[in-house]
Amino acid sequence: MASNEEILAGLAEIVNEETGLAPEAVELDKSFTDDLDIDSISMMTIVVNAEEKFDVKIPDEEVKNLKTVGDAVSFIAGAQA
Amino acid sequence: MSTPTLKQNPTHAGSTIVGIGAYRPSVIVTNEDVCQWIDSSDEWIQQRTGIITRHRAPREVSVVDMAVDAGAEAIKNAGIEPSQIGAVLVSTVSHPYATPSAAALIADKIGANPAPAYDISAACAGYCYGVAQADALVRSGVADYVLVIGAEKLSDVIDNHERTISFLLGDGAGAVVIGPSDEPGISPAVWGSDGSKWDTIGMTSSLLDVRDFSEQAMKSDGVELAAASEAHAALWPTLRQDGQTVFRWAVWEMAKMAKKALEVAGITADDLGAFVPHQANMRIIDELAKQLKLPEHVIIGRDIADAGNTSAASIPLATHRLLAENPELSGKLSLQIGFGAGLVFGAQVVRLP
Repeated sequence: MASNEEILAGLAEIVNEETGLAPEAVELDKSFTDDLDIDSISMMTIVVNAEEKFDVKIPDEEVKNLKTVGDAVSFIAGAQA
Repeated sequence: MSTPTLKQNPTHAGSTIVGIGAYRPSVIVTNEDVCQWIDSSDEWIQQRTGIITRHRAPREVSVVDMAVDAGAEAIKNAGIEPSQIGAVLVSTVSHPYATPSAAALIADKIGANPAPAYDISAACAGYCYGVAQADALVRSGVADYVLVIGAEKLSDVIDNHERTISFLLGDGAGAVVIGPSDEPGISPAVWGSDGSKWDTIGMTSSLLDVRDFSEQAMKSDGVELAAASEAHAALWPTLRQDGQTVFRWAVWEMAKMAKKALEVAGITADDLGAFVPHQANMRIIDELAKQLKLPEHVIIGRDIADAGNTSAASIPLATHRLLAENPELSGKLSLQIGFGAGLVFGAQVVRLP
């Protein structure tokens, strides 16, 4: 099981691969859409890659609730528990 | 009295595509045009969808007109007479009559009367469903030649002011003739459905809603009802989708099906000349290609940039264009996969005519 720091680092890597954003820019309080300018299609790609990386299920209806990077980290941590 | 032996059709060893045709309507709708209806920009639309223009048919051109044009070209290209067509299968979701079918009228107009003719309602997978059925009809000896058409006038079933799907869509028709061959030219279809996602793409309301609305409107003055947005949807049902859910399914589930189609065809991606997925969105096409790890020599159908998403017509239209631009693809193998409202999907490998 990954710690929150490890989840954040893993997410940053996934976001970097999808969007080219520097991993340091991916911080807990950042909004995927407003701050990181990630559109709904890229968001889905990030979600599927995160599912694979952290071995969790992130249902479609849950994706809409993942507004910030912190929301995603919390959800993944909870799903792993 | 002895039991008589029933006769059955003599069968054909294989089936293959022997001709292809296309019809692209004349009206070009640019992203600038679209931005008159929705708050967006050329850059936003191109970045998210890869679409630069879409072709749409003028009011006086029907689904049947477009299908007849595409079908006639496919028959001519096959080098056969329309009277040799043994079945006409038309995939469409935009023929504006629940009955009678578009196919019967098309068969008559094309010179294939009295061939059996029917419509297929499998949305963006409809063309692949048609190819699968045609393959079975030809090999089982039911027909020597089957005309398969994907034809859509989606501009009749969109609301230009909504932003989940309408701006993606275009009109057009593509057709193939499938006939007998000594060598296999169509692999087994990997096809199916997932009705648990029935409501992720579809019409805003049913014909029953339209009936109920009309009845209410006749009882009242109609004006107040028309003002309500729910009532507006019932006035004329149009298409909607849950883009994010559909995107996930279209890429990751369909990548599995595309891989399975290669497997059941007994080939690998290296053996392909072309990959022609349903032209839903350039981002889906790119992501599918990535998942399939296609080698560089495989030419990918990207007709969507100019044609938009034409549902059942998109695969034959994109294939027709690939063959026109890359004649060396003739005789090579193409992996095609359609997926859409239902949800339904169909994939197979075909030898290009």
